Formats: sequence, C-alpha cells, structure tokens
Amino acid sequence: MELYDGGLDVPNILERWYKEQSESNFGAFIPFIGTVRDEDKIDGLSFDIYEPILKKWFKKWQNIAKERGAIVKIAHSKGDVMLHESSYISAVFSPKRRVALELIDQFVEDFKANAPIWKYDLIDGKRIYAESRSKKIEGSGLLVK
Amino acid sequence: MVDIEFLGPIDRKSISLDVSTLDEVSLKLQNDKELSDWLEKCAIAVNDEIVFNRDIKLKDGDKISLLPPVCGG
Repeated sequence: MELYDGGLDVPNILERWYKEQSESNFGAFIPFIGTVRDEDKIDGLSFDIYEPILKKWFKKWQNIAKERGAIVKIAHSKGDVMLHESSYISAVFSPKRRVALELIDQFVEDFKANAPIWKYDLIDGKRIYAESRSKKIEGSGLLVK
Repeated sequence: MVDIEFLGPIDRKSISLDVSTLDEVSLKLQNDKELSDWLEKCAIAVNDEIVFNRDIKLKDGDKISLLPPVCGG
C-alpha cells in the first residue's frame, strides 16, 4: 500500500509494480487507474485518509487475494489532486486471467464502499466535502438512540 | 477516560469522556446538536477496529473513532 501527497506518478508506479512481479510467474496483471475528470466546475479533488483502518482493510484484501494465488496493490493520494491527474491505482496480479478479472472488480468496489478515505471538491479555493457521492460504511448509525 | 476522535469532514477536535459503554458515548454525543446529525451517518471504530454492536466494555485509554461516509478513488 502506497500513499502519496498530491497526484500519482502513474507510469512510474505501474512500471515498478510490473518489474517487481516480472519473474513471479503471474499470467495476468490488471491495473485500475482513477483519474480526476473535468466536471461540475471543480479545479480538482482533495482527500483525507485514516491510515490505521486503511492498513487493516488492505491486509484483509491481501489475505483474500493470497487464498486465490493472487496479489493486490494499491496507491492513493493524500491532499489535493488536480484535473487529469490520477488519485488512485489498484492492481491485481494472478496466475490466470479469471481470478484477476474477478478480484479487480470486487477490490475496487469494496475500496469505494469501505476504505476510510474522504473526498472533497476543490472549487474557487474552497474544499467542499463530496457528501452526495460518499457512501456510509457498513455498520453506520450504531450510536443512534 | 476514553478518547473520541472525529474523522474526515467532521470539523471537531478529539475529546475525552469518562464512560465505560458505547451506550454512554451515544447519549453524550446525542446531546450535542451538531454531532447528533453525524451519528446516523457514521460507522464506529474502537481501537481502529470497526464495530457492529454496542455490546463492548470500554476501558481506560480506548480510542473511539467516528467515520463519516467515504469516497475513495
């Protein structure tokens, strides 16, 4: 798991991951790269991360991948990421394609639903919580009533 | 004492409460109008482990975190 201040150096990260596993006998490598789009008049996005729980979340996924003979990778930005920069890369290496195709889908979706990361829109110098695009973590509302 | 921390967009400094159950934490936070709006949206972690029921005995030095809705990526 790799966290960076600001936008990700995508070619560098992907090349390094690729080279690290080039002799590992994985037949499939599927990266997912998330890029900040020019929409809704934003100048960029910004992120807060709570690292202790993110590390545990990632550890869980490393174990899920291991059971299927695969490995998972993740890189994410902290702080501001401007338009057309990348804030997020996930990747799966597996012996054969089916496992990688299935895992990348589950891994990215669970990341969106449960990783402790908060997103803000950067608009006119303000940092505005992207609440309408955010999802409640499983178990939310425990302290109500 | 138990430390309560408010993550992400909840604009609050950490506080310490003299409590021994999550029911007590719930009561204290509901009395704060600004925080009570967040409670329905937040997941709760005790010592960085997300919990799904209130049946937990808190001890001195425990850390409780409120995690509002997330959006990574």
